[in-house]
Amino acid sequence: MALATRTDRRPSLARTVWDSSVGKKAVMAVSGIVMLLYLVVHMIGNLKIFFGPGEFNHYAHWLRTLGEPFMHYEWTLWMIRVVLVAAVVAHAVSAYQLSRRDLRARPSKYVHRKARASYATRTMRWGGVILGLFIVWHLLDLTTGTVHAGGFQEGHPYQNVVDTFSTWYGNVVYIVAVLALGLHVRHGFFSAAQTLGAGSRTRNRALRAVADVLALLLTAGFVAVPVGVMTGVVS
Amino acid sequence: MKLTLRVWRQRNADADGAMSTYEVDGVSPDMSFLEMLDTLNEELILKGEDPVAFDHDCREGICGACSLVINGEAHGPERTTTCQLHMRSFRDGDTLDIEPWRASAFPVIKDLVVDRSAFDRIIQAGGYITAPTGSAPEAHATPVPKPDADLAFEHAECIGCGACVAACPNGAAMLFTSAKVNHLNVLPQGAPERETRVLDMVAQMDEEGFGGCTLAGECATACPKGIPLTSITSMNKEWLRATRKVAKR
Amino acid sequence: MTDYATYTTGAPIADTKAPSGPVHERWDKRRFEAKLVNPANRRKHTVIVVGTGLAGGSAGATLAEQGYHVVQFCYQDSPRRAHSIAAQGGINAAKNYRNDGDSVHRLFYDTVKGGDFRARESNVHRLAQISVEIIDQCVAQGVPFAREYGGLLDTRSFGGVQVSRTFYARGQTGQQLLLGAYQALSRQIAAGGVEMHPRTEMLDLIVVDGRARGIVARDLVTGTVSTYFADAVVLASGGYGNVFYLSTNAMNSNATAVWRAHRRGAYFANPCFTQIHPTCIPRTGDHQSKLTLMSESLRNDGRIWVPKAKGDTRPPHEIPEDERDYYLERIYPSFGNLVPRDIASRAAKNVCDEGRGVGPGGQGVYLDFADAIRRMGRAAVEAKYGNLFDMYQRITDEDPYQVPMRIYPAVHYTMGGLWVDYDLQTTIPGLFAIGEANFSDHGANRLGASALMQGLADGYFVLPATINDYLARNPGLGPVDDEHPVVQEALAETQDRLHLLLSVDGDRTPDSFHREVGELMWEFCGMARTESGLRKALERIPQIRDEFWRRIKVPGTGEEFNQSLEKANRIVDYLELAELMCLDALHRAESCGGHFREESQTPDGEAARRDEEFSYAAAWEFTGTGEAPVLHKEDLVFEYVHPTQRSYA
Repeated sequence: MALATRTDRRPSLARTVWDSSVGKKAVMAVSGIVMLLYLVVHMIGNLKIFFGPGEFNHYAHWLRTLGEPFMHYEWTLWMIRVVLVAAVVAHAVSAYQLSRRDLRARPSKYVHRKARASYATRTMRWGGVILGLFIVWHLLDLTTGTVHAGGFQEGHPYQNVVDTFSTWYGNVVYIVAVLALGLHVRHGFFSAAQTLGAGSRTRNRALRAVADVLALLLTAGFVAVPVGVMTGVVS
Repeated sequence: MKLTLRVWRQRNADADGAMSTYEVDGVSPDMSFLEMLDTLNEELILKGEDPVAFDHDCREGICGACSLVINGEAHGPERTTTCQLHMRSFRDGDTLDIEPWRASAFPVIKDLVVDRSAFDRIIQAGGYITAPTGSAPEAHATPVPKPDADLAFEHAECIGCGACVAACPNGAAMLFTSAKVNHLNVLPQGAPERETRVLDMVAQMDEEGFGGCTLAGECATACPKGIPLTSITSMNKEWLRATRKVAKR
Repeated sequence: MTDYATYTTGAPIADTKAPSGPVHERWDKRRFEAKLVNPANRRKHTVIVVGTGLAGGSAGATLAEQGYHVVQFCYQDSPRRAHSIAAQGGINAAKNYRNDGDSVHRLFYDTVKGGDFRARESNVHRLAQISVEIIDQCVAQGVPFAREYGGLLDTRSFGGVQVSRTFYARGQTGQQLLLGAYQALSRQIAAGGVEMHPRTEMLDLIVVDGRARGIVARDLVTGTVSTYFADAVVLASGGYGNVFYLSTNAMNSNATAVWRAHRRGAYFANPCFTQIHPTCIPRTGDHQSKLTLMSESLRNDGRIWVPKAKGDTRPPHEIPEDERDYYLERIYPSFGNLVPRDIASRAAKNVCDEGRGVGPGGQGVYLDFADAIRRMGRAAVEAKYGNLFDMYQRITDEDPYQVPMRIYPAVHYTMGGLWVDYDLQTTIPGLFAIGEANFSDHGANRLGASALMQGLADGYFVLPATINDYLARNPGLGPVDDEHPVVQEALAETQDRLHLLLSVDGDRTPDSFHREVGELMWEFCGMARTESGLRKALERIPQIRDEFWRRIKVPGTGEEFNQSLEKANRIVDYLELAELMCLDALHRAESCGGHFREESQTPDGEAARRDEEFSYAAAWEFTGTGEAPVLHKEDLVFEYVHPTQRSYA
């Protein structure tokens, strides 16, 4: 096998990062953190649903006018969307390629199997797939309205949300996805911190706590909406 | 003690392998695990059967040759090397599954013996300080703060046994690679090659077909020398720093 | 067949390379007189190095740095696993960082005296000079030696020495030094200067026209036996302590390389000089496959004792202070527990022979840290010895913080080895031996923390300077290949031997023979030797050898990974080497260092050297298996350190 020889001419930063398993993990970490930040904002926005249709719909409209008059209507939102799509794609492609590498590296399993890593760790891959599928459904349901149950109304997100969570499958899909998200964030945040070199013996306890709190807050915050609809708090 | 052993037997690299069952009797709790296997092999030789091949040498936990997965755990249930594992860790009547390290970068040579030369190539890629014989300055010319020296030592304790790879669900060599990167990068002597070292070693690690880290933590749990999981974090940090530094050159 | 014990004495042998003049100028003088090879011509020279321990690893790396083409071998799966890795205590160097009166001359003096005046002054002085450079070299490589809070290197005092000159990396100094050499070697492998052959074992030496020109080696994975050629061959294959079956050597450490070289004409010097280390963990039963050393540094703070009464089976904490015999402190008040290894070992054997030994079978003495824990506190003891205590607990299942450790002597190091001159060249031109494989620097007994020093001195500094001279003086060695009759013969001999081992198909395993000869050697050629015992062993060994060739059973074939075959082939050589060790021990009717002849002791039971008769190194020439060898004496002259009876009282 050829050795990586030492030479002063090295590939570009982007090439180095993308070609390396460590670099690709960094891509996953950064894109994950971008999505995580978005999710925190998204969750806070969601909670406005408990203050009635007026406030919720106003908030949704404001998102489109963000940055005006410097920005045109929906420009900022589209920019955010582009960044998010890029993050999702980068995250998913890296994850796919790294997973392939991992599976190739350990083709035969032990006869005597003993799983010791935590549940969150072991479910990262399937959790990620579930979340990916969920995002597609979620966009078709509440952004484009393509698969929306009960007549999608542009500009009336409050009603749309209530519609979705008035169906049993809407609740099931959403709650399962949010639980998957919680687990994913719990391991993902801590893992990203390590990948980016932010962890240390003294800091890891705090990082784990932050990961747990984040996972719990996001899960609770997102689940609150369907629960609100189901219990009639939101209607 | 009487034990049932189920041992991975594989004639050579190309042959298919399978678990074979053996009974061993008269095992003393004071025996090391490898001495128990010696007993089995003595019986097998006299019966005209092929003894079980396994790597071993110093039998005092430092050379890193021994490499058995016992009941699904690299080096068995205690945090030590297989050669320092004693039969008192098991009970009379136990059934033990004994398998080789499994990773595509560690192909099986025979039975429980695997080829770990990939580790050597990772070191060859940059796991050294360029200090040709005779070129060294006086040893006290560069004082090294004790905490740094101790940290370097902790990482330098790695014995290159490969338990980290064997335990990792992804067959990753991150803990091994990071141990050497950190040992040398922490020291002032290692500073001139700090960036190229980590970049080249990681590149070679990828080249050898090891998996990536998903922070399962199994490696650090299996490591007989207690190399911490944070070692990987430090290497990640070194790697990212190096890519930035090198890009600026 | 002549009786093996009736050897003949041949012409004396002399070290023709050793320069004259003041001892401290000799190394400079030799280096200046040695011819050099033009840097541009070096890559045309191939050097074979067998072994990748401290000596071999450092030599391979350094020779490749100089520009030679190095072809290197080790039987392990990686050069990093050589048994130097297991050395615990430390490495000596005359840095005098402590300002405690140390100097090159003192290290020289201590080593000659510690070796009981059976080593060459020139060699030992060179070793002491180079010791200083070794530390610099290793620090530059990133060896993480223990440091003090100011960032400077820490040192400690070690086995039988009153200055603090031992550098260490916790209890893993050997590991760290070896990894330093391994990394330097790895750099050269990557750069193409070293062609590394792991899992390949040397089985014979090829000597063409009186010069070492290559080796026969077996690929342990495929079983292929092939030849490798070079302009010079360096053996760095370690010691032969595994003759004793139970030793602190690695399981696969073996004497085949040196013994095969001996059979091809290299003299073997002082084979009976073996070191028995006093602080090993006692054996637990017949299943024991090897012994584990506890670093001698433990003797710095631990106190060694046995019960005063014979057959006292009370647990240690129930034995009151006044019923304990701290025998080393009693017999040797000024050195106490820090007496040299041979003395400590023999004292342990004596108290056990008196029936005062402790533990199963009465083969052990206590090494007690209760006082140290009271004095320094548990935390300090833990910081200093924690990993050793953990190791002890793992092996014995006893907590040394609560219960005193039990220790017993075990074979640890062999001072004897291939005879070499000042250039480390054996009696076969072009064949060099370095590290434990040669006999040169430790005399009859090695001081603690000196093995690492010697291995690295030979590999990093001595051999690379002296091998130049040989290569420069022999620039036009003709080509050799497999067609050469000598090569064909060597290949055929090796293959025949392997076939024979596989074809006997007897009823005894290789281990059973190894164990048998080992027990015999431990009994008759171990800590204390007598004429009658040695004669008994000399009578018994040929019988074991006969039986071996009738009853050995090696399963499998030679064309595959076959660990039984490897083992059996090494035992063939042990069965001849054991005989030479006993003969050497028999002929040396004096006690010196690690060699204790019961017939030669002072009235108070100390070793009595007999300088008038035995102030020489015994270099043995091979004449045939079971044939009486020829003894060549190299007289030892002491100009600087005058022989005195060692006294540690």
